[in-house]
Amino acid sequence: MKYALLIYSAPDTSERPYAEAREAWVDYARAVKEAGILLGVEQLAETDTATSVRVRGGQRLLTDGPFLETKEHLGGFFLIDVPDLDTALDWAARMPHAASGTAEVRAVRTGMAWQAVLG
Amino acid sequence: MDTDGDPVAGVLEHAYRDEWSAVVATLARRLGDLQAAEDAAAEAFAAAARVWARDGTPPNPGGWLMTTAWRKAVDQLRGNRAIAVDPQQFPGTGAASASDAPPVTVGGDDQLGLVFACCHPALALEVRVALTLRFVAGLTTRQIAAAFVLPEATLAQRLVRAKRKISESGIRFEVPGPDALAGRLDGVHAVVYLVFNEGYAASGGEQLIHADLCEEAIWLGRLLHRLLPEDTETAGLVALMLLHHSRAAARQDPDGGAVLLADQDRARWDAALIADGTAILDAAVARRRPGPYQIEAAIAALHAAADSFEATDWPQIAALYGTLARLSPSPVVEVNRAVAVGMADGPHAGLAILEPVLASGALTGYAPLHAAHADLLERAGLAAEASAAWARAERAMGNAALQRELHRRRAATAGSELGSRRGEPAVVRYKNFPTGVETSGLGP
Repeated sequence: MKYALLIYSAPDTSERPYAEAREAWVDYARAVKEAGILLGVEQLAETDTATSVRVRGGQRLLTDGPFLETKEHLGGFFLIDVPDLDTALDWAARMPHAASGTAEVRAVRTGMAWQAVLG
Repeated sequence: MDTDGDPVAGVLEHAYRDEWSAVVATLARRLGDLQAAEDAAAEAFAAAARVWARDGTPPNPGGWLMTTAWRKAVDQLRGNRAIAVDPQQFPGTGAASASDAPPVTVGGDDQLGLVFACCHPALALEVRVALTLRFVAGLTTRQIAAAFVLPEATLAQRLVRAKRKISESGIRFEVPGPDALAGRLDGVHAVVYLVFNEGYAASGGEQLIHADLCEEAIWLGRLLHRLLPEDTETAGLVALMLLHHSRAAARQDPDGGAVLLADQDRARWDAALIADGTAILDAAVARRRPGPYQIEAAIAALHAAADSFEATDWPQIAALYGTLARLSPSPVVEVNRAVAVGMADGPHAGLAILEPVLASGALTGYAPLHAAHADLLERAGLAAEASAAWARAERAMGNAALQRELHRRRAATAGSELGSRRGEPAVVRYKNFPTGVETSGLGP
């Protein structure tokens, strides 16, 4: 089953120096790759650089900033293919930020009509 | 639960539910989908009602039900999907094995798989309770809602969402691997014990005891014990529930008021349950894998073995609480330890242990803390402080029957001579439950 592991953390709560955190993520990414479960991964630019788009009454409205102002920000995600939720949870718990942030685990839906179009 | 005490109807009802639960368990494990399993089981049982009335009961009713349910499930799967069934999503239904022959059950694995799925930590605790009572114990939505004093619609919605989460998020109907098993089993125990506690001393409402919930919890415990005979904490939990439940008849007076442990007529304790619980505990302890439930059961067994409150082996109980405090420390354990020490070594010794708990403010809303405090103060001759503590206990107590008893104690303290109530402490029943759900603190 495919799972998205969404990486949420508060910008200033990490107790580790930046270089160490970066190393930890490199190690984690390597482990995911070597386990043969990696489908995709992206790191997003900082939340405060986001732009939110809505169209209301035919008007395009832009907001400077994320969809929701939250304490923990979406920093990126991994897409993995593992047999079940327990396995996905294990991988989520291994994420370097898990001790101070949150990893949201959600299954990816398959067999949707829009996917057929993509071939 | 609807059988109005008719023993034959009760046995039949449980047989029906056992069969239903077994069918659901096997289907759910193969399909990874509780809703599909439930639908297929419902159709099979409905078909049985029609066909057996017409043709007579088949020689192997369980087999007939399982085969019929499986066929219906497979038909439904094929019908639902324009594309081929994905064998990875639905192991056992791929082209090679989607025959009409039902899956072969391997011992109790299907039932265990169902239990562990229903009690998965990714589900909220109240969701786990609802799922376990519905699919493992086989209670109806209405029965569960009534037991927990919830609107039926709320519970139905909770179950719908839970089933969807299980299938969409990939919770498997399997026994966890060795590394995860102990932790997951703790979670299952917590669910069973929560159900028991709710029946033992309801957290709200007028009635103190819901015996049917206690019996469901005991049934669940015994099922687990049968499926996992080596697990000593499971045995400890069963023993604990049996020993607590043995006092049910003595815990309420004819008006539904609460009777404290010190005041209970011990002749009304169920000797058979005590014998059963003690035997299970002894067998578990002999395996030398101690744990919190076994310790709690040992404490309950000491109470059960005593002819009277005064004759109880308090020093041994105090020592056991000491062990429990090391294994599984918590403020609630400390409260119980304080009561036991207060009996073994006098109220001042008990108060000394209670001090840090009171100072920490950890259990401010926990009625048993204040009841224990009040009782120790009373026996130490501090009537005014005791009265205030009884008042705090009464305010914190959610259950009306127990609240009345606390009120009575407060009135008695206020009006009595110092020392006239000595020898009747409020014994706090330990409840090993982390989220602070209220329970009876008063002795029974």
